[in-house]
Amino acid sequence: MDKVQLLLSLAIALFSIGLLGVIVRRNLLVMLMCMELMLNGVNLSLVTFAHQMGEMVGAVLVFLIFVVATAEIAVAIPIVLLLVKRKHSLDLGAYMDLKG
Amino acid sequence: MGALSWIVVLPLVGFLVNGLAGNRLGKRFVSVVGCGLPIASFLIAAASVAALLANDSKPVIDVAFTWATFGRQSFEIAFYLDRLSAVMVLVVTGVGSLIHIYSTGYMHEDESYARFFAYLNLFLFFMLLLVLGRSMLVLFVGWEGVGLASYLLIGFWFEDPEKAAAGKKAFITNRIGDAGFLLGMFLVFFACGTLDMDRVNAIFAQGVPAGVTASVIGVLLFIGATGKSAQIPLHVWLPDAMAGPTPVSALIHAATMVTAGVYLVARMSGIFVHAEFASNLVATIGVLTAFFAASVALVQTDIKRVLAYSTISQLGFMFLAAGVGAYGVAIFHVVTHAFFKACLFLGAGSVIHAMSGEQDIRKMGALAKKIPVTFATFAVSTAAIAGLPPLSGFFSKDEILWFAYGSSFGGAPWLLLLASATALMTAFYMFRLLWLTFFGSPRMDEEVAHHIHESPWSMTGVLVVLALLAAFGGFFSIPHFLEPLLPLPLIRPEAQSFHGPLVWIATGLGVGGLLLAAYFYANDGERAARLKPKFERIHKLLSGKYYIDELYEAVLGRPLNWISEKVFLRIGDRFLIDGSLDGLAALAQRSAKGLARLQTGNLHLYTFLVLAGLVGALLWSWRNG
Repeated sequence: MDKVQLLLSLAIALFSIGLLGVIVRRNLLVMLMCMELMLNGVNLSLVTFAHQMGEMVGAVLVFLIFVVATAEIAVAIPIVLLLVKRKHSLDLGAYMDLKG
Repeated sequence: MGALSWIVVLPLVGFLVNGLAGNRLGKRFVSVVGCGLPIASFLIAAASVAALLANDSKPVIDVAFTWATFGRQSFEIAFYLDRLSAVMVLVVTGVGSLIHIYSTGYMHEDESYARFFAYLNLFLFFMLLLVLGRSMLVLFVGWEGVGLASYLLIGFWFEDPEKAAAGKKAFITNRIGDAGFLLGMFLVFFACGTLDMDRVNAIFAQGVPAGVTASVIGVLLFIGATGKSAQIPLHVWLPDAMAGPTPVSALIHAATMVTAGVYLVARMSGIFVHAEFASNLVATIGVLTAFFAASVALVQTDIKRVLAYSTISQLGFMFLAAGVGAYGVAIFHVVTHAFFKACLFLGAGSVIHAMSGEQDIRKMGALAKKIPVTFATFAVSTAAIAGLPPLSGFFSKDEILWFAYGSSFGGAPWLLLLASATALMTAFYMFRLLWLTFFGSPRMDEEVAHHIHESPWSMTGVLVVLALLAAFGGFFSIPHFLEPLLPLPLIRPEAQSFHGPLVWIATGLGVGGLLLAAYFYANDGERAARLKPKFERIHKLLSGKYYIDELYEAVLGRPLNWISEKVFLRIGDRFLIDGSLDGLAALAQRSAKGLARLQTGNLHLYTFLVLAGLVGALLWSWRNG
């Protein structure tokens, strides 16, 4: 297996682990972490493809994604904190009544 | 920046200093800055005018900076000093400085002392911009600026809703005139390609440019002037403007700002000499305004309102002179009027000061001995406005009457007739005011009578200076001084021989008004009171000010309210705008409620469904790819 295939496999693995985690785990924080795993899997594949095509733009784009992801997590964590403050539970099932 | 720019900028500096830091710096500092800078302006102006005259009256142009450039056009902030603006700038800074000094005494107890001086300085800045601007655009900035300052100062005591409303009325009424002025300016620019007034006059001197008629421009500019100078039909704001502090009435609503319209007409005389229709309109409106305002002044009982209607009436005289082509004479009356009317208003302020705020002349009387300086100066100015020789008002009014009749540029007997009747009424109501205020028996309360006192020297000193100017200002012949710039119209041949008799008529009118007033108001107005029931209807009409305000309310105010309420509010705002927005919101809410039934609230299920969708899409694209 050459390096590209190895990296892509790693990316797929990260993404799948993350997805699995989001689907099966019920802890809010863990779900958030798994989402970050998925994001990093995609990022890795992006860098890999960029490297393969010899384009620097992809690598730069990754940094942009990092910034956006940071912003996103900075919003997500307070939301989780507020939720926990209300019901003292990290379990997803406790928040089923949030539907419209 | 040359000297002219400094004349204009110094009051602005005063405004900024007093406006930003005045409250913290104490009244003494505010007075020094507030009065010192206008006086400095006056001194620079005097030096500039002296230099102008020494240099054979060659106009001085001072370009401060270029405002805007587009294509080959450029608008400069440039100041222009010729004999006409020299006269105006001396009056504005001179009388302005005097009134500033007076205000230090008059407003001394006021909490917003610094704000008052800041506004006064701001006004002076804009007024100087107006009279010194070379371009109509600069003039217009000043024109709007004095309107703003006037609004701020009329509503100076804005805690009183009535006074705030008076400021608003002045501002809105002026807007109507300004629309006309703007349109006129557009036409001038379209015709001449420049707004520099000396160039416009030079272009018109060679004939009217193609594509415009002088009368249309003239009428539009005059509409602007009717707003600022309170002529029919836009005169309604000036009497209400008396809500402002008295120095403001003297400075803005008597001596300077309201004469801006006359200055505009004189400044654009190059256009008006070609505009016969517009000039006739100016003369007609002027003489009608003079007549009607004077008749209203006959029955007013508020000391400041009498003076306000008198101001409107005198402004009418100025426009009458401008309308028959005697622009220099109009400016002459602007100057003499600035002296005696400022003195009268400030005298009225001194009276009000002495009377603890009372303004009703029916509750005054016998003040002559108690406030002798105010009385003496008030009497001199009254005689001046009534046109008794050899005081200043006599000269300017006599010239106006003469040209109203004799000018070959629209002079007519009926103009003279109405103007003479107005002059008689002027003398009558002014002496009536003098009698009711200063003679007869005291009619005020004990409490008020006890407090009567002469004003401090800062006020009486100014009164004395202005009274001297009102008395002797007429000996300086401004029409002659301005003749190289604003030539006087030719005299109709058949009127030539009438000049001698007219002087006697003018004198007779003044003396006649004096005697009539003395007769009717000798014993506290006993004879006048006996006469009143016979003329009940006329009296009612006059004290109702011809019901012009009520007419505007019925014709303009109420329909506007109705349209706003029924059409714009109900149909436009509530039905169309609110209705469509509320409808959209309701639609979104209702459909969301329907769709919400599809939700389970289980995040895992959602994720799983997303995954399933993703897989499905991938499979489909793989199959069909």
